[in-house]
Amino acid sequence: MRAANRFFSGGGIVGTMLVAGVAIAALLAPVVAPGDPLALIGRPLIEPFTDWRFPLGTDRLGRDVLAELLHGARATLIVGGAAMLATLIVGIVIGTLAGFIGGTVDEALMRLADAFQSVPTFILALAFVSIAGPSLTSVVIAVSLGAWTAPARVLRAEILSLRRREFVDAYRVLGMAPLHIAFREVLPNALPPVITLAAVIVANAILVEAALSFLGLGNPNSVTWGAMIAEGRAVFRSAPFLSAIPGVAIVVTVLGVNLLGDAANDAINARQAQV
Amino acid sequence: MSRAWTVARRRLLHSIPVLAIVVLGMFALLEAASGDAVDAYLAVSGGDAGLVAQLRQEWGLDRSFLARLGAYLAALGRFDLGWSVAFSRPVIAVVFERAPNTLLMMGAAICFSFFAGTLLGVAAGVRPGSVRDRILSALALILYATPSFWLGLMLLVSFAVKLSWFPLGGIENIGMPETGIARVIDIAHHLVLPVLSLGLIYLALYLRLMRSGMVEAWRSDYIRTARAKGLAPNRIAFRHAARNALLPVVTMLGLQAGALLSGSVVVESVFAIPGMGRLAFEAVTQRDVPLLLGVFLVSTIMVIVANFCVDLLYAQLDPRVAVED
Repeated sequence: MRAANRFFSGGGIVGTMLVAGVAIAALLAPVVAPGDPLALIGRPLIEPFTDWRFPLGTDRLGRDVLAELLHGARATLIVGGAAMLATLIVGIVIGTLAGFIGGTVDEALMRLADAFQSVPTFILALAFVSIAGPSLTSVVIAVSLGAWTAPARVLRAEILSLRRREFVDAYRVLGMAPLHIAFREVLPNALPPVITLAAVIVANAILVEAALSFLGLGNPNSVTWGAMIAEGRAVFRSAPFLSAIPGVAIVVTVLGVNLLGDAANDAINARQAQV
Repeated sequence: MSRAWTVARRRLLHSIPVLAIVVLGMFALLEAASGDAVDAYLAVSGGDAGLVAQLRQEWGLDRSFLARLGAYLAALGRFDLGWSVAFSRPVIAVVFERAPNTLLMMGAAICFSFFAGTLLGVAAGVRPGSVRDRILSALALILYATPSFWLGLMLLVSFAVKLSWFPLGGIENIGMPETGIARVIDIAHHLVLPVLSLGLIYLALYLRLMRSGMVEAWRSDYIRTARAKGLAPNRIAFRHAARNALLPVVTMLGLQAGALLSGSVVVESVFAIPGMGRLAFEAVTQRDVPLLLGVFLVSTIMVIVANFCVDLLYAQLDPRVAVED
């Protein structure tokens, strides 16, 4: 089967649709729900589907749930994307250095990775955000702290298998600097398996961010789905929809990202099997 | 038995640098926290500048960086994790008081997700592509995308608030404490929803792993041989395919110990269970950094111990685990 066909099989299509839907919601947020999503604009606790001005109802302070949800999509995708970039960059740099230099550097970096993998990542994230103070940057760093080891290990293994190849020796003979060989020549060949981790990293970042926001440690300057769930929790006996709706949004987004990742993984595996 | 000992020794040697890095990292976080223990103490009890200077000297906070690190390490060596300002008690006492509840909940969640997950994974993987496989796989995908705290909240709304089948929170009935077997039942009753919200995600994970292991196994030669021998399909599925598919699940079991502890933070907060996870959250809200780092260190040690046990188990299950590297 061709790689492209592999990608657009069942799960790939559903995943693409779900993620595209969330991305469109994030892009359209300022158009559909202009102004501050946290503005108090209606009667509090309107049930969903009862008032056409607030299709998803209002929360206990009279904020438009739909507007919050759309702006929350923005925050979620920004955190997911930024955390993925940060995680991949850290993982790629550490993995390449460990794999290419080897020896003591490799040993030290891998013990560091062991340490980070032995730590309960969410408690580390909690500690980091509470000490650094909640902000978009600290949430992104907190997520990356617990996630960089996976791409680093995968990349290191890949580099280890590549660095004994002839083309590396050829570059050495040509007198190219070792770091230049590592990052410009070996790294691009080692990237595909790391790229398949991207979806897992995004999905994990979204879940960690949601949990941090739920505990009140998210980015205080934006609406987040986790914070909406926490807000709805105060009235969850009388208005469970306030917590239910943003939770469904999280499930849909993470499900979409996972499906997309699985499909991309299958496609890359199929391509590598072809080569 | 000697093989298990080799694995054990290697693993123990391995965890020394890991612990050293974790402790250094904790000290760095402690130093980076704005305000020190004296500030935290004064925020609670108040005092003048003279008291501040006196306390700083008494607690060694005016000394050099290396001296502070030395004092910190010496204290850790005495199992002294510092003083919790929020609880006005030693950190270690507070953590150990809370640990059993978390261990109980985690243990139950691990057992539940492991047994249900592997069984359902076998059920799905026996005939890949069948209706049963598709339904189970789709459910697993959705569960795997569900945040545990939200699942917990929804279970709470449905089964505790609306149906009143389960208590709203806590670990046992505080108003009318039970004793003996009634107490065990009471605690189990309180733990059903938290264990479900913590365990269902891992159930999904083990189901997926087990299923893909089974799919892999159906393609292999030894299964064809088993078929050719004329063995009953169920026997092939359970005795041959499932046994090999189980290995990655066991590996994952060890890797998930940290994730379960992480999950317990939010789940214990939702269900008001007085465990270590909620303690971490309380430490955050009360700005009690020594307590938070104490929870962090104890939970890291728990993860290392869990990985150690899983490695031993794995060495027993898989004879290919090499004695020497």
